[in-house]
Amino acid sequence: MKILVALKQVPDTETKIRIGADGKSLDGSDVKWITSPYDEYALEEALRLKESAGAEVTAASVGGEKAKDVLRNALALGADTAVLVKAEDAGDPLAVARILAAFAKERGFELVLLGNKGFGGDNASVGPMLAELLGWAQANVVTKLELSAGAFRAERESDAGTEVVEGTLPAVVTAQRGLNEPRYANLKGIMAAKKKTIEEVEAAAGAPALVTASLALPPARPEGRKLEGDAAAQAAALVSLLRDEAKVL
Amino acid sequence: MLVFCETKDGKIRKPSLEALSEGRRLADAAGKSLGALFVGADLAGAEEAAQYGADAIIKVEAPSLAAYSSDGYAQAIADAVQAKGATVLLAAATSAGRDVAPRAAARLGAGYAADVTGLAMVDGRLEATRPVYAGKAVSVNRFESAVQVATTRPNVFVAAPCPKAGAVESLPAPAGGFLAVVKEILAKGGGAVDISEADVIVAGGRGLKDGANFAILQELADALGGVVGASRAAVDAGWGLPHSIQVGQTGKVVSPTLYIACGISGAIQHVAGMSGSKVIVAINKDPEAPIFKLATYGIVGDLFEVVPELTKAAKALKQ
Ligand SMILES: Cc1cc2nc3c(=O)[nH]c(=O)nc-3n(C[C@H](O)[C@H](O)[C@H](O)COP(=O)(O)OP(=O)(O)OC[C@H]3O[C@@H](n4cnc5c(N)ncnc54)[C@H](O)[C@@H]3O)c2cc1C
Repeated sequence: MKILVALKQVPDTETKIRIGADGKSLDGSDVKWITSPYDEYALEEALRLKESAGAEVTAASVGGEKAKDVLRNALALGADTAVLVKAEDAGDPLAVARILAAFAKERGFELVLLGNKGFGGDNASVGPMLAELLGWAQANVVTKLELSAGAFRAERESDAGTEVVEGTLPAVVTAQRGLNEPRYANLKGIMAAKKKTIEEVEAAAGAPALVTASLALPPARPEGRKLEGDAAAQAAALVSLLRDEAKVL
Repeated sequence: MLVFCETKDGKIRKPSLEALSEGRRLADAAGKSLGALFVGADLAGAEEAAQYGADAIIKVEAPSLAAYSSDGYAQAIADAVQAKGATVLLAAATSAGRDVAPRAAARLGAGYAADVTGLAMVDGRLEATRPVYAGKAVSVNRFESAVQVATTRPNVFVAAPCPKAGAVESLPAPAGGFLAVVKEILAKGGGAVDISEADVIVAGGRGLKDGANFAILQELADALGGVVGASRAAVDAGWGLPHSIQVGQTGKVVSPTLYIACGISGAIQHVAGMSGSKVIVAINKDPEAPIFKLATYGIVGDLFEVVPELTKAAKALKQ
């Protein structure tokens, strides 16, 4: 089975966000870049499928030169092949999905795994868009995945509780925390990954469907107020403030 | 303009009513008419959409749609958008909305803005505002595509009654033979009200020391008509708390009117899920806890003393 794992490079959550000079992008100069944590569950699941049933795992990232770090890490963890699909991600999930769909079609995968959302952008849309563009089944926000001949059974998180989704392969599955416990790269893997090449392919840049008009820091929250006295006095003061000042009770 | 609406127990879900009300406001601004779109096997309750601004109620009703299917529903929605010539499609950013709306958007070649907190019509086109980077920035997006799709974050937009004609119309359902279908629901969600829809949330963190102690938060939540949430540290501690009540970047994003954080330090990943709350109360014994930077009202103290007092005061107020 050929599995594609799509990995996104994102700013570490702790990163202090600065806005670029254009007023619509992130100033990347001091940003620490990581693999989007949900994608780590996707990669881990692919590696486990490889170990349990045999599979060929391709890690791909749509991005620029620095996204190679993410791919190098995937190789160190056990991905067989790594491909950088060269394109600047301008924040339009449909554009990214189209690029990945073109790549997936060309290489003939049976399963695409990715995180349920990219940290930071939180669009949660590349997975379902990719599934539609490929005409495949989808299961999103998945915490358990079982494959059988030509079919899958997935448990996914929904407002109603845990839903069981059954569908046919090929499929796109997006991973949620709980699916597995991602492994760490060991020294042997890291050394081996250094020797492997990261393939580069050019993405056909299409017109974006969504553009960022502006990116700004959120308005500061008004200065808060600390309440005085013992527990009973604080509680009484809070309840009056919530009723009379904030008007939420 | 179309709004995909979900029903539950014969009633329209609250996040859908919010999306519908926002759709009404945008339709008025753009001089367009508004349709409420329902997909399923039993659409009892759909008529309520007329009370929330629907000029038309559009039903795609068929036995094949009894169980939710991402591809089946996306097809039904995209077909309806095309049949009605809609240029804007809204849905609530519920688990189903976030599952089906991007798929429908891709089918329509439409741009998609997820989980938005603000919408406007500018020169006849949709403009969407959404928090990004764990709430540390706000992005404003414009659409280049003919059809424009967005999901609205629950509890941000106000569901306001606005009676309209609500003429009922049916559209044919997709043929069936769907690729993936929901077969059953195993564990039910956290409580009666999902935390992403709740108006008042009393959340607990590692400071609660034990899962059993969440009972004191439940009492306060009951007194305030709210629900209980938790930090990831509390959920991960093995105290028997379900992940469905976790607030934060890897949990749920919530936008209640009132968020009371008890024994929660306010790590950025937690803040990412609750910084959109209107009023934030922090109860923490550490005066330096980062949560106080966010709090509208801060109580430096032991939650085991403060929370029961608050419950008492809240009950007294209600009487
Ligand atoms: C990739 C990633 C994703 C994450 N996603 C999330 C997420 O979605 N949600 C989330 O919450 N976290 C998330 N985290 C974890 C986050 O970084 C913090 O570890 C977590 O939020 C801390 O939870 P806490 O505030 O309950 O615990 P702590 O940080 O341990 O804070 C406990 C607080 O309780 C106070 N306290 C203790 N006893 C009392 C008492 N008796 N009375 C009053 N106060 C008391 C302490 O002063 C302290 O401030 C994530 C982390 C990572 C790396």
